[in-house]
Amino acid sequence: MKDSTANYFNKHTSAAPLAVFRMFFGFLMLISIIRFWSKGWIHSLYIEPIFHFSYYGFESVKPLGLYTYALFIICAISSFFVAIGYKYRLSVLIFFLSFTYIELMDKTTYLNHYYFVSVVSFIMLFVPCNAMFSYDAISAQKSYKTVPKWTVDTLKLMLGIVYFYAGVTKINSDWLLNAMPLKLWLKSKYDLPFIGQTLMQQEWFHFFMSWGGMFYDISIPFLLLFRKTRSFAFVLVVAFHITTRILFPIGMFPYIMILSTIIFFDAKVHHKILHFTIKILEFFKMKTNNVKLSISQVNHYKVWGTSRLIIVVFMTLQIIIPLRSLLYPGELFWNEQGYRFSWRVMLMEKKGSSIFKIVNSETDSFFYVNNDDFLTPVQQKQMSFQPDMILEYGQYLGDHFKSQGHENVAVFVESYVSLNGRLSQQFIDPSANLMELKDSFKHKFWIKPLNDEIKGF
Amino acid sequence: MAFSCSDSTDSNENVIDNFDRKIILENVTDNIILPAFNDFNPKVAQLKESIDQFSISPTLPNLETVQELWFESYKSWQHLEMFNIAKAEELYFLQKMNTYPASVSRIENNINTNIYDLESNNNNWSAQGFPALDYLLFGLADTNFDTLIFYQNNENLAYLNYLKAVVSQMLQITNMVHQDWILIRDIFVSSSENSATSSLNMLTNDFIYYFEKGLRTNKFGIPAGVFSGNNTRPANVEAYYNSTISKILSLEALGAVEDFFSGKSYNTASTGESLKSYINYMTDNTTLSSTIQMKFSDSKQLINSLDDNFSNQIATDNDSMIDVFNKLQEGVVLLKTDMLSVLSISVDYIDADGD
Repeated sequence: MKDSTANYFNKHTSAAPLAVFRMFFGFLMLISIIRFWSKGWIHSLYIEPIFHFSYYGFESVKPLGLYTYALFIICAISSFFVAIGYKYRLSVLIFFLSFTYIELMDKTTYLNHYYFVSVVSFIMLFVPCNAMFSYDAISAQKSYKTVPKWTVDTLKLMLGIVYFYAGVTKINSDWLLNAMPLKLWLKSKYDLPFIGQTLMQQEWFHFFMSWGGMFYDISIPFLLLFRKTRSFAFVLVVAFHITTRILFPIGMFPYIMILSTIIFFDAKVHHKILHFTIKILEFFKMKTNNVKLSISQVNHYKVWGTSRLIIVVFMTLQIIIPLRSLLYPGELFWNEQGYRFSWRVMLMEKKGSSIFKIVNSETDSFFYVNNDDFLTPVQQKQMSFQPDMILEYGQYLGDHFKSQGHENVAVFVESYVSLNGRLSQQFIDPSANLMELKDSFKHKFWIKPLNDEIKGF
Repeated sequence: MAFSCSDSTDSNENVIDNFDRKIILENVTDNIILPAFNDFNPKVAQLKESIDQFSISPTLPNLETVQELWFESYKSWQHLEMFNIAKAEELYFLQKMNTYPASVSRIENNINTNIYDLESNNNNWSAQGFPALDYLLFGLADTNFDTLIFYQNNENLAYLNYLKAVVSQMLQITNMVHQDWILIRDIFVSSSENSATSSLNMLTNDFIYYFEKGLRTNKFGIPAGVFSGNNTRPANVEAYYNSTISKILSLEALGAVEDFFSGKSYNTASTGESLKSYINYMTDNTTLSSTIQMKFSDSKQLINSLDDNFSNQIATDNDSMIDVFNKLQEGVVLLKTDMLSVLSISVDYIDADGD
């Protein structure tokens, strides 16, 4: 056992997949940031709001006012440097830190895609994606043909975890037995040409997409792993992600996943991609002799032993973290305890309406808060159905009105939520004074239980 | 303005394989919005004529005619306030017609200086429209007789002129918004896609916004003091100076909400496609839509039990006002969470990636 483990960690493989992965990842990140900026989201999500929702333990991570733009610039430049492999280790570190900082600034914008980017860039810190076909390799005049096999496998494993968990979490009664929420979402795509008024309205199609999506997610890591099914699997990947891109507003994610899965292919494919890239460079009249050299060397890249250890620990965590929801009682979709960071994507149509009541606990006089005064519409939308955000905002309101001179401030919320087409029901115990509660990883007893059961994961 | 179902063969009430959202837009536009304007616009024109007449001959019957026409147009207005779309939005139609409470100091200042801009100065929103007329027709004196004396006094000519200016502005802007609706009708009804800027989504968003702010907050919440720590604000009721009509106006507004939701025509009892039938299509049943309608009728029942004069109601028994607010809030929840969920309508102001 020990021997085979040692053997595995001594195995080599071509460095080309890492080079291609690095290049695609870097450029896609650059495009993502430019897209994010050009849509005005830096302003509307990070500058405009007067209040920001923090992650537990990261309360000090806040937008930096106008310097937030500088943060995005740093993130963009580092992603470009990652793409070309310039001072790779430092660049990917800066990218990881700046990107993760951006994501931590406000919980409102949590997306699994963004978490995926942070996770992958963390892995890239310990994986020599600059071994060949990189600025580093060219300038040091030392590039490497092979790298330890586990470095490439780690990225494959990470992609496998994402897909597999995305599939497993679809095994629940709402998704499979009621085609929820896809039934609602697909029906509302009536404005698509040709299929909108036909296919999208068919019940069998809603079930087909639900079951198909589940089987796709669970099986795609394995189909990509085996040589015989790999090409077929890649066709599926492209078709699946293009479909989701057409149907749902999910930004850059489909492209990130499509290009990432290329890593499952043989070195030959990656060499073709690298040669094609050289052709592009030549088309722009760039000198490519050194670049060519950098993919034809014979050295083997040795990775620092500590890196290996960190990766093993990190990947173990990646397998465990999505399962933490099992530790909590109650309905996961309702309570959302352990919902984030576990590749649960597109599982819920959840909307809420939460109004806050500021009460003077001595005199019982009260008033309602106009949420428009404190939150942007996006924040209101997200806050309204997520318990931890309701609590954080409620306590912020309490502190705010205390500082305004109100006395004996107690904060209550009248919150109603509708989940996957069910009629709305009261969400938070209306008699719970939010000022007396504390956010923690413990079970949130102040959430009223869902009057229904969703079976499965 | 009849609308026709182009390709329906038999009853399309039960089995709809394919729901055409355009028919909702046609029904709402042709049977609700345009007829409401056809009713409202001439009423405002008559109101203006009556004020002109009153300024020539300030008699008690003429004053009463003005007051009666003001009341009739104010009721009719309740059916239009929710459509804050296109020209109405661009010209701040609803802000100019019905920002209350009226600002007495602003009105008095405008009258005294005789320099004012009702067109483009936001600060004058509370110095024009129905609330300003409310003040000028009912707020200057305790009785109609004294009001008449006030206007007959030549020293108060500036008040008469301001009255004319306010109603002229109301008629002018109403004409513009009405004409624009006629103009954009075809484009409007054909924009039935599910996008942030489509007619259907804007209508739905405006409807919810009106229900929450225009009806729940402005007519009940603010006067009842629920946003101001139990400090009731009886002067903030709609039509404060003639507040015996505040209940009638709110019932009219709730009726407009009910009609829009169920697709009932403005002039007749017939109903057409609407948010209600759309919800039924999306959920394959009538549970949600009837729950929503139940909230509307529960609210109506509570309002009916109130004093005709909301200022009195607040002074004597504010809890009943708060009860209405709470009941309407239950409606807000259903519209904002349940309805928006099942319709999967993109909310106009939200723009970010999803998972």
